[in-house]
Amino acid sequence: MTQLLLFNIFNGLIVGAFYALMALGLSLILNLSGVINFAHGGFLAIGAYLAYTLMPTLGFWGALLIAPFLTAVLGLIVERVLIRRLYGRDPLYSLLLTFGLAYILEDAARYIWGAQSVPYPIPSALTTPLSTDYFFLTGYRLFMVALVAIAVGALFLILNRTRLGLRIRAGTLDLETVSVLGVNVGVLRNVNFGLGIYLAGLAGVLAAGMLGLQPTIGTSLIMPSFVAIIVGGLGSLPGTLLGGLLIGVASGVTTVFFPSATEAVMYVMMGLVLLVRPRGLLGEEGRTQ
Amino acid sequence: MARDKLVWHGLLWLVLLTMPYWMNAVGGYTELAVRVIVLGLAAMALNFLLGFTGVLSFGHAAYFGLGAYGAAMAIKFALPSTPFAILVGVIAGTLAAAVIAALIVKLRGVYFAMVTIAFGQVFYFIAFRWNSVTGGDDGLTGWRRQPLHLGSATLDIAANDKAFYYLVLAFFILAVAAMGLLLRSPLGRTLIAIRENERRARFLGIPVEQHIWIAFVISGFFAALAGTFYALLSNFTDPRSLHWTLSGNFVIMAVLGGMRSFWGPLIGAAIFVVLQDYVSSHTENWMSIIGLFFVLVVTFFPRGVLGFIKRRVAS
Repeated sequence: MTQLLLFNIFNGLIVGAFYALMALGLSLILNLSGVINFAHGGFLAIGAYLAYTLMPTLGFWGALLIAPFLTAVLGLIVERVLIRRLYGRDPLYSLLLTFGLAYILEDAARYIWGAQSVPYPIPSALTTPLSTDYFFLTGYRLFMVALVAIAVGALFLILNRTRLGLRIRAGTLDLETVSVLGVNVGVLRNVNFGLGIYLAGLAGVLAAGMLGLQPTIGTSLIMPSFVAIIVGGLGSLPGTLLGGLLIGVASGVTTVFFPSATEAVMYVMMGLVLLVRPRGLLGEEGRTQ
Repeated sequence: MARDKLVWHGLLWLVLLTMPYWMNAVGGYTELAVRVIVLGLAAMALNFLLGFTGVLSFGHAAYFGLGAYGAAMAIKFALPSTPFAILVGVIAGTLAAAVIAALIVKLRGVYFAMVTIAFGQVFYFIAFRWNSVTGGDDGLTGWRRQPLHLGSATLDIAANDKAFYYLVLAFFILAVAAMGLLLRSPLGRTLIAIRENERRARFLGIPVEQHIWIAFVISGFFAALAGTFYALLSNFTDPRSLHWTLSGNFVIMAVLGGMRSFWGPLIGAAIFVVLQDYVSSHTENWMSIIGLFFVLVVTFFPRGVLGFIKRRVAS
């Protein structure tokens, strides 16, 4: 029983790390540009499939390094060509645009790589269990947690220690002033979008190793990411991280006792959080509109 | 202008009243006609909130799908009666809307949209997971809509597609009339005032949260009504009737037809349903085409068909 519970808590933590990684990218874009990026899951799938295609030539590590970058480049182009036109308009329009993009990206993945799910090979060094008692502690799972931790750490370093990060954080608070102070807001939003999509691509490559590859891989991960942002608090990146881990562990634990409520539990949590703190756990009162 | 309006309304009603008789001749089928008015009603219900209260709700498939599941489960597990099924479906959807609306009326803008999206999905997962009751991913089968007994007469909506179409149309007319009257009433005017300037409405002493809640519940009520007919139409319902992609389709229907016009969403629904039907029967990659359609509408046609026509007429 303890083992089962531990297994599911650990599993929940991993799933939560995915949610968090995805939700952080969504949050970045939402905070600076006010765009709810429905296509985030589509970008995740593209990242995963790009890695799959690159693997035979670049190997596992090369694909892990390059695929998220290529996904981010695609994101930069999409922002530049399509999403940029909708800044400052009713958020409804960017929502619908990215919604359409989500359809297109999922279908593109199906068209190019096929509708059947394909396995994503990972190095055998990472697949062996590290302990016989705790069979679920495979190298790959620990590696994933570590990598997510590194990515999140790097993101917070960028945001808190670099000029780019400073500008992104300032833009989140007051974009107009940032613009008046001589920052090219168009470029800032573009780079910020690319950063968010990079995180989606990275999450995609990691998820592929654990869940296998199928065109709908992103669609199934996007809703929990929304919940993570709401639970954690809109506008707060640490909140998003916390929210992701929290709902991941909660659904992991629920799987043990009441499997049919695995997904429903995160919505119950969201309802409770909204009841007590309408702006989320770490959201600041009155900051977001 | 007034004559234009008369002509255009006459045309609309003529099309609605005769649709089953020429649908086959132009390559459609009666079921498609029902689908147009059912999804049109759902889009108009959503637009009550989106276009007339100015609140960005993106999760209406939840109330629509609950209506569908309510109706299906009522016939399958409780009582084989079509009116009873409609009643149960509508109550289920409206209750959910009332509870969720109460949780979110204080939120605004993007945040409101986001929470409605997320909440829209909870019932999907329940329907998907709770196999023993909902049939899970395969959907709920093994039930049929029942003939209507009106006193001594019987209206066989179960076997006669046309009869079912006119039943749905009758409900559609009642629902649309109710929404139209509500929008002309002081309540509706207040909602429009909130849309135009929430802060000013608040200064005038209007309880804004309470009004948004009422608008949300009314909207959920009509969406659920549409959902019951959606299930009755195909004698079947599955989790896709609760999925967020359907919510997005409702929104694009409203935008495509024209959010600021009363009939816009119906026009949008007609275009969307026919397009989807045509595309999905001609290519496997229908998702790309629908997605591209979203992108094109948003980029080049944000005011929708009726908004576009109004502008042309005005200039």
